[in-house]
This record gives sequence, structure tokens and C-alpha cells, in this order.
Amino acid sequence: MTISGHRIPMMASLIVWGLLWEIVGRLDLIFLIPPLSGIFEAGIKLVQTGSWQAASIITLRSFALGMTLAIGVGVPLGILMGRFKAVDNLMGLWVNMFVSAPLSALVPVLMILFGLGETTVVVTVFLFAVWIIVLDARAGVMQVPSSLIEMGRSYGANGWTLFVRIILLSALPEILAGIRIGLIRGVKGVVIGQILVSIIGYGELFELFSRSFEMENFWALTMILFAAAMLLSALIEIFEKRIEYYAGER
Amino acid sequence: MPQAVRSHVHIDAAATSDDPVVEVRGVSKTYADVEALRNIDLDFARGKLTTLLGPSGCGKTTLLKIIAGLIPASSGEVRVNGRVVTGPGPERAFVFQDFALMPWATVMRNVAFGLELRGVSPAERRRVAMQYIEKVGLAGFEDKYPHELSGGMRQRVGIARAFAVNADVLLLDEPFSAVDEQNRRKFQEDLLRLIEIEKKTFIFVTHSIEEAVYVSDRIVLLSPRPGRVSQVIDPDIDRSASPDDIRRAPAYLDTVEEIWDGLRQYAD
Repeated sequence: MTISGHRIPMMASLIVWGLLWEIVGRLDLIFLIPPLSGIFEAGIKLVQTGSWQAASIITLRSFALGMTLAIGVGVPLGILMGRFKAVDNLMGLWVNMFVSAPLSALVPVLMILFGLGETTVVVTVFLFAVWIIVLDARAGVMQVPSSLIEMGRSYGANGWTLFVRIILLSALPEILAGIRIGLIRGVKGVVIGQILVSIIGYGELFELFSRSFEMENFWALTMILFAAAMLLSALIEIFEKRIEYYAGER
Repeated sequence: MPQAVRSHVHIDAAATSDDPVVEVRGVSKTYADVEALRNIDLDFARGKLTTLLGPSGCGKTTLLKIIAGLIPASSGEVRVNGRVVTGPGPERAFVFQDFALMPWATVMRNVAFGLELRGVSPAERRRVAMQYIEKVGLAGFEDKYPHELSGGMRQRVGIARAFAVNADVLLLDEPFSAVDEQNRRKFQEDLLRLIEIEKKTFIFVTHSIEEAVYVSDRIVLLSPRPGRVSQVIDPDIDRSASPDDIRRAPAYLDTVEEIWDGLRQYAD
């Protein structure tokens, strides 16, 4: 973007919105919107507290556990569905139903099943992330060009060799794309799970801040979460680009 | 007239080759309700280039893949070096119409893939692959990836891969159809040169009459749906002449014309 000949950097709009926020905050119009400078101050103090650090560790742990399960189950299931019609028929309906279902509505049920604790959050992360991972792995395996499989067979590959050397490598870009979207959904899962359970991790902090009207802390925590989710997504994108050179090739 | 053409050759063509490396006996192929091939009998002479030529839908690629062992025949059998084909084997190598290169592997790894699967040591397969990369004119490109190459160069990789496994029979499925016209001629000339050096048996599928006459020792014309052998032609062309002279030789032009007459009945 350029204004009267000067190039304006992309992030400039953030400054404009930040200034606007600061002004509205200083005018003291609504208690919901404290000045931005106050939020930053609160944020710096917040990250030094033991309760924030403990909450972050719990959150990360639930996220990592849920994602490990989602990838560990999702990728093999997707590959099986792509390779075997019977598995596809058996699981297809469920995967397609859950991938677009409003899973937040299930969390209360999970609380009954798994209790008001970390397990429920882990299961929520898993349920948010796993379906898209399954679908993308399945699509990747089904999209392997038939001539590439014929090529492998004609040069002596079959069974396991064919699977590892041709099918898996050929499906890798889609599998990784599924994992990336799965990770982003997993972030939603961990936040929603914790907020609904509301006695552990960030959920507990959010509950505390909003109940005692500590708006600076509330906003600071929100911004930390947003930044973390964006950072995670950017990291995976960098990793994806490194193998993308052959994804566009087909 | 078509009847006369058909009866004209097909059995005695099989009988005259003295040393057939590939024998096709009574091969038929039926997909669900489509009859693709009916009762094909053919011999492919060792060290010769035979072309399967015909309009689209005549089953020429199907026949090639049956010989390759990639698709089973509905009835009949194929023998290679006297042994009945039950699947792909090391004595046959395939060149694919769409190249079928592994996009995640370099030219070197693609060319060496057949050797890698056979458990050849890395140093040895590098040496052999390099030799064929040079022969197909890709020296200096061995560390490039397929998407960095043009269509013609990609197919050269496919051909080098087929040569590298040192098979007796090379099966080429319309190898030039995805290569642009300017490169195709150069490619055909290079292929003839390679054929001369390598002394292998080639079975070549194409729908281009000129291409078939230009490269083949023998041309098998297939009729469409169901595919049957309708005519076998042995072009009498002096291959030692320069490429331009071959394309101007009366024998070349006459053979192209003869095939046209045979195929005209199938044109829409």
C-alpha cells in the first residue's frame, strides 16, 4: 500500500488500530476496553506469575498429548481408508460427519465421561484435530497417480516396498497439510475444552479474570493465545514449504 | 476390402521371426463389458523395434501392459524368453506416457530407482545411472528435480531409467506424446541412435504413423474395439541414411501412405 508516494509497511494498520484502542481506552467509555498500554503492562506482569506459567504448562501438555493421539490415529486411519474400500465404507460416514460437526457441543458429554480435568481437554483436542487429518491422509493416498504405482511395480516393488517407497512419499504433502490444519483446530480444541471445564489451565485464568473484572489481564491472555496460535501456524507453514516443491508437481 | 487386409498377414508374420523374445499367444482382454483385445497372436523378434500402431481405443496400450505384466490377460498367454509372464519381471522395462517420475527424487535417484530396488550398491548404481544420464543427453542435470525439467527432458529420464536396469525388452508407451513437436523429432533421432548402441528389443506404442515408420523395423496395425491384428508391415528403409534423407526417401513415404490406406477405414 502507498499513501502519496510513500510505501506503508503491511503492519502499519495494526498501529492505527492500536492507537484507536488506546484513545477509546483512555476516554474510559466502557470498562470492557482498558487502554492498550495497560494491557501490555498487565501482560508483562502476567507472564511472570506462577499461575500463568503453571497454566501454560498444563495447556501445552494437553495440546501435545491430544495432538500426538490425533496424528497417531488419524494418519494410519486415513491411509487405511485410502487403501482399503472396506475400511473406507466402515469409517467414511463417521469421519465426514465429525469433520463438520459442532464439536464444542460434545464437550459437556466428555466432561461426564472423563471428569472435570485434563483428560477431557486432551480428548477435546483429539476430537477437534483428528478428522481433518484422517480426510487429508485418505485423499493423499487416493491421489497417488496410478502410473507411479505401475512404475514401482514394473521395476520390482510390491507390497510393503511399494507402499513405503511410492505411496507414502507421494501422499506426504497431503498428509502434512492435514496435520497443519489439525494443529490449528487443536488450538481451538484446547482453549474451548479448558474454558468449558474452567477449572484448569487457561480456562481457569479466563474464568478468574472475567469474574473479577480484571480486563487488562483478560485481554493480555487473549492476545498471548492469538499470538501463539499464529506462531504455530507460521512454523508449520515454513516446514510445509520445504517439501512443497513436489506437491505442486502432480 | 478390410477382410482381405486382415487375412493378408497376421499368422505368417508370427511364423517368420526366427528368434522371438516375446511371444503373444491368443491374448484377449475384456473389461467389465468392453472387449478391448481379441485373440492376439504376435511374435517380437530379438533386437528389433516393433511398433503397435492404431487409432485410440484399439487396445495397444492394454496389450503393452499385458506384456509388461501390469495387467492380466483375460485369456491366452505371453512368454518372454520362453517363460510365461505372470507379473512384471527384471527382463522387461517400461517407459510411461506420462513419464511416471518420482517428483520427490532427483534425476539421479529416478534413473537409479530400478537398480535401488534390486539392491545394487549405491556406488555401482550411481555409476550405471550416470552412464545412461549421459547417453540420453542429461549430463549436468543429475541433481535436478523433475519439476525443474521440460517435458522432453523428463521423458529422457524415463528412458534412462528403463535402460539402466539392463532389461532385454523395453516397452515404450507413447513415449513422445507429451513432448512438443520440435523436441519430438530430435528425440526420435536420439532414440534410433540409442537403439543402435544398445541392441535391445523394443516394443513401442504410438498413434503417429510418421513416428512408427521412422523408427520401426516392423509395424503391427491394430483395429479398434475389439483390438485385433489387422496388418503387419515391415518398412524397407535404410536406417544408415541421415534423418532428413530418411524422411524424404520414397520407401518411407510409400509406407506412410500404405498404412494410411489401411487405417482410413477407421477414421471418423
